[in-house]
Amino acid sequence: MTTRAYRTIPAWAERPSPAGRAAKAAVLTLIAAAILFPLYMVTLTSLSTQEAVSAAGGLVTRPSPGHLSFAAYRELFAGGVVTRAVLVSLGVTGVGTAISLAVTVLAAYGLSRTGSLLHRPILFLILLTFLFVPGMIPSYLVVSSLGLIDTYWALILPSAVWAFNLVVMRAFFMNIPREIMDSARIDGAGEFRILWRIVLPMSKGVTAVIGLFYAVGYWNAFFNAVLYLNDTSMWPLQLVLRQYVLQGQSIYAGQSGESIVAGQNLPPSLAVQMAIVVVAMIPVLFIYPFVQKHFTKGVVIGAVKG
Amino acid sequence: MLLMVLPAVGLLAVFYYTPILGSVIAFQDYSPYVGIKDSPWVGLANFQWLMLDASFWDATLNTLSITAFQLVFYFPVPIMLAILLDSIVRPRVRLLMQSIVYMPHFFSWVLVVSLFQQMFGGAGLLSQILREHGYRGIDLMTNPDTFILLVTAETIWKDAGWGTIIFLAALAAIDQNQYEAAAVDGAGRWRRMWHITLPGLRPVIILLLILRLGDALNVGFEQFFLQRDAVGREAAEVLDTFVYWRTLLTGEWSYGAAAGLVKGVVGLVLIVIANKVAHRFGEQGIYQRT
Repeated sequence: MTTRAYRTIPAWAERPSPAGRAAKAAVLTLIAAAILFPLYMVTLTSLSTQEAVSAAGGLVTRPSPGHLSFAAYRELFAGGVVTRAVLVSLGVTGVGTAISLAVTVLAAYGLSRTGSLLHRPILFLILLTFLFVPGMIPSYLVVSSLGLIDTYWALILPSAVWAFNLVVMRAFFMNIPREIMDSARIDGAGEFRILWRIVLPMSKGVTAVIGLFYAVGYWNAFFNAVLYLNDTSMWPLQLVLRQYVLQGQSIYAGQSGESIVAGQNLPPSLAVQMAIVVVAMIPVLFIYPFVQKHFTKGVVIGAVKG
Repeated sequence: MLLMVLPAVGLLAVFYYTPILGSVIAFQDYSPYVGIKDSPWVGLANFQWLMLDASFWDATLNTLSITAFQLVFYFPVPIMLAILLDSIVRPRVRLLMQSIVYMPHFFSWVLVVSLFQQMFGGAGLLSQILREHGYRGIDLMTNPDTFILLVTAETIWKDAGWGTIIFLAALAAIDQNQYEAAAVDGAGRWRRMWHITLPGLRPVIILLLILRLGDALNVGFEQFFLQRDAVGREAAEVLDTFVYWRTLLTGEWSYGAAAGLVKGVVGLVLIVIANKVAHRFGEQGIYQRT
């Protein structure tokens, strides 16, 4: 819907004045720059040598030839806290997204068949989660009594189902013509088979977007790790980011007395700090373009409207 | 069918409904060593303490001030941005701008706060430039007086672009013939915006406004959690961080559960009221009248 594309200004509209056009271009450029320029500087700093960073007195704003280096990244990935945190975050994101998507798709399909057994009470139980948020303390006690403290399941299971995503997916499934599924049923296909062979292939866009929402949620999750992981050696990337970049802590942090990058016992240099920021950013930047086109196809509009 | 729904229902039962039942510890003097069954019941004592706790009211006041401030200074931003984006004539430019402004929504709060620190912190770009020109550097990340501006700027940077989606949808639904008719009758650009565009957006604006009011006690937990230490409790303590610092770290479980329950129940009441108001305006709200 948002791609309503008029290639020309309609005949009845006034021609924009040159000054007006320039002003609009300037505002748009400014907005784009406010978003992109910080990302650019951070990336550039992470790729700069120590001399370039010292010369700039902080963030590097202009590239200087001959002063680019991958040293910060080589340090980060030589082992140590960051390497492990990246692996933890990737693992939790991968497993979590797979579980969340599977559970959400199944439930959304099950609930899209109105009139089936217990359909209304179950839907009500799911919708109720929009209205009331249980407190942090009782949630902690539940996770704790299940013995999930200091396990990666604590980062996945409590947040595995987002009622919002479930409702969006169900709304999408309900728009698929009944007749298609009915004819498959007559041909003897079971419900799982219909879901897998007919419904899912017709719902690639919405599945991709919901998958992105879940994946980004897991990758960015921060507080559940603060709450449920006492063991700092299990930390996901967002916590490492907070500790070494936001709080600028030096290397001895971490109960194990381990260094942030292998074989180094100094506070991380600005380049290394910025490299951590870039590593936290990259997966999002990488998946985003593939899914982004579905936003404009109206999937998200339907999603936001619920 | 039931089989398919079972995993989702099971997860919600364990991690959503069980904690709601577990909120009964708000009426106890709960100790994890004794368990819910044997902990002594204390009636409303925890709630009485809470009502007398000045730091609880400070956190409430902070939360409501931030909500009010952002209602004025954040809420209109996505609307204006959406109108601007919608006015871009060339589809490719428009698509590019949409891709750019949606993007920060997908960054974590840790990342966003880190970026702001690199720009506006004591060692950030702003201070760097100021020092280069012979001024003293400033640190906006630890200044309680400007904190409300800082968090609003962060929220705008991260979410204003994503917030345009619903307004762009509403703009696309406005009948283009209205614009043509108005233009033929001599209405200029601004009059068309005032008499066609804004009335076209009105239902969405009212709906989101009401929902925001129903959500007044939530201002984004992680954003404040991350910055509370740097800025200090006075400016940055909101209700959620209050529960965490005041109780989870001191082991006063029942007290924290009481604070969480108060917030949850007040939030529920606000949402129900907000929906009533939405229905009065003839809007859908988040649930329908049945």
